[in-house]
Amino acid sequence: MSKKTSYQLMQGNEAVAEGALASGVSFFAGYPITPSTEIAEILADRLPESGGKFIQMEDEIGSIAAIIGASIGGSKSLTATSGPGFSLMQENLGFACLAEIPLVIVNVMRAGPSTGLPTSPSQGDVMQARWGTHGDHPIIVLTPSSVEEAFHYTTKAVNFSEKYRNPVIVLMDEVIGHMRARVNLPPQSMVERINRVQPNMPPEWYLPYERSANGVAPMASFGDGYRYHITGLVHDAKGFPTANPNEARDNIRGLFAKIERGFREICLVDYELMEDAEHAIVAYGSMVLSARSALEQLRKSGIKVGLIKLGTLWPFPRFALEHYLPQLKTVLVPELNMGQIYREVLRVNAGKSQIEKINRVNGTIIAPDEIVKTVKGMIR
Amino acid sequence: MISNSQLVNKYFRHSKKFPHIWCPGCGIGTILGNMLRAIDNLAIDKNDIAFVSGIGCTGRAPVYVDFNTLHTTHGRALPFATGLKLARPELNVLVATGDGDATAIGGNHLIHACRRNIDITTIIFNNYIYGMTGGQYSPTTPHGDKAYTCKLGNIERPFNISALVEAAGATFVGRTTSYHTLQLQNIIKKAIQHKGFSVVEVITHCPTTYGRINRRGSAVEMLKWQKEVAVDKSRADKMNPKELEGRIVTGVLIEKELPEFCEQYDTIIEEAQNQAKGKLA
Repeated sequence: MSKKTSYQLMQGNEAVAEGALASGVSFFAGYPITPSTEIAEILADRLPESGGKFIQMEDEIGSIAAIIGASIGGSKSLTATSGPGFSLMQENLGFACLAEIPLVIVNVMRAGPSTGLPTSPSQGDVMQARWGTHGDHPIIVLTPSSVEEAFHYTTKAVNFSEKYRNPVIVLMDEVIGHMRARVNLPPQSMVERINRVQPNMPPEWYLPYERSANGVAPMASFGDGYRYHITGLVHDAKGFPTANPNEARDNIRGLFAKIERGFREICLVDYELMEDAEHAIVAYGSMVLSARSALEQLRKSGIKVGLIKLGTLWPFPRFALEHYLPQLKTVLVPELNMGQIYREVLRVNAGKSQIEKINRVNGTIIAPDEIVKTVKGMIR
Repeated sequence: MISNSQLVNKYFRHSKKFPHIWCPGCGIGTILGNMLRAIDNLAIDKNDIAFVSGIGCTGRAPVYVDFNTLHTTHGRALPFATGLKLARPELNVLVATGDGDATAIGGNHLIHACRRNIDITTIIFNNYIYGMTGGQYSPTTPHGDKAYTCKLGNIERPFNISALVEAAGATFVGRTTSYHTLQLQNIIKKAIQHKGFSVVEVITHCPTTYGRINRRGSAVEMLKWQKEVAVDKSRADKMNPKELEGRIVTGVLIEKELPEFCEQYDTIIEEAQNQAKGKLA
């Protein structure tokens, strides 16, 4: 096992692979797609070294199906893809939500729709990550804004998926995925590892979907002596299909309740220069880098502006805005899409402040100068 | 041999509310029953069996039986089973899938599972139609036959499933019908014992949809047809193509030994670990 205790130069996708290994991922199934392929290549090499397994499937539908199967067998499982592949994964993502299977999907976003701009950055999959699969379901979506965060958020994603028995999506833009930066990663032994709770009762007492006090049911692995049924049909506590309205309600509402209970822990938000801020930039992913640089320039010209950095997009951390809105005159949301988080900000704002956006969908990023100009324009 | 009541007692889930969802006269129960007899005959512990299915009438089979059971999405049973088998190679993984599930929406997964030669036993319940949705034509509906989406006759040519999986590289292929129950039980038994990817194609009947619209009569009439058209491989090998027209060749069609996927992966792990040790030294 390689010791990673000192500074090193690393790419975002590489950091994801390191994060997966550090958090105990032992199974990867995937299909080649730009700009995420490095993750598959690295894990194809590294997983077998620690006894883990890698398989290249026939498509992304098969990839997510295989990681669901492996997770049911007890392996912490992860796949990595980009927009077109993520689209193909949506049906089985819903299966994992309903059957409550822990897994992580890393989506290194590229500009879409369709084949789009395969090697150009975009943040166009924010709403797809939230609502891409059919039906009402909760989802956890984390978005790193640096190479080091790509490592840490991947470990958090694995841990959240195990703790909440829910799929977690790491939504990364191509800039972060392919950016190289100096990182200082902790040794694997120092990385927190959360494992799904296993049943400790005799098999004949086990009800696979009976929730514990924390809202999550213990999960037995196939082959451990707890013979039970897993289905994509709405089910009762035994895991058997049901059309009983009360049982159906309990099933779906239970999915939401467990995530609501963990809401504060799941929401990763950082604030920079917000104490005295009269204006704020709400940013995530690569837009944090542009926003930070703009912030520096704006502060130098005496404008009291701060940054709200969203590390979690879903569930949307509304409290992060609610807390600061009373002191804010204007809020700017720069995004590499047509305004997907902007709408969430508008919704939480409910008319309290002036909300503006900058959008970019041509495969290039929004430069700091543009943010500076826009903020100055808003103030005027 | 295990009696029917013993079989029910030992393998069916007592906690699951019967009756099952299948129509009177359906062939799926016969195939499921003989799968259980094959498993009982091999004396495999119930904890060591994972039974995986897709969507459709056949997809509902796992819920009734007392194994590790996984009812997946339409066409995807094989990739789910592939991940599970890799994570738990010690499990006997069986897949139940229909003709539409296996060869239309799941066709790509089927051929790649064959090619990969992963140790999974796949039973394809081929009744020539989409039963659960009410009788639409499937990739195995014979040319000219009717379904509720081709009332004037099917103009597409059907897949020959056994030939398809053979060409794709399955290392065990068996075919039988739901009439030939002893042969069915024996072929499933051999398929489970086979190390590698095995396919058992079972020609069965859907009296409710395919049978009704094609005026094939009752379930009994349809079973009689299976008896009439089936010809054992040993006999078929001596018949010419003209004599074989309209007949269904049954028996073990392919049985060969090739390296199995999980076992090969174990050698990859060994090699990768040796290389890693070499790097550290």
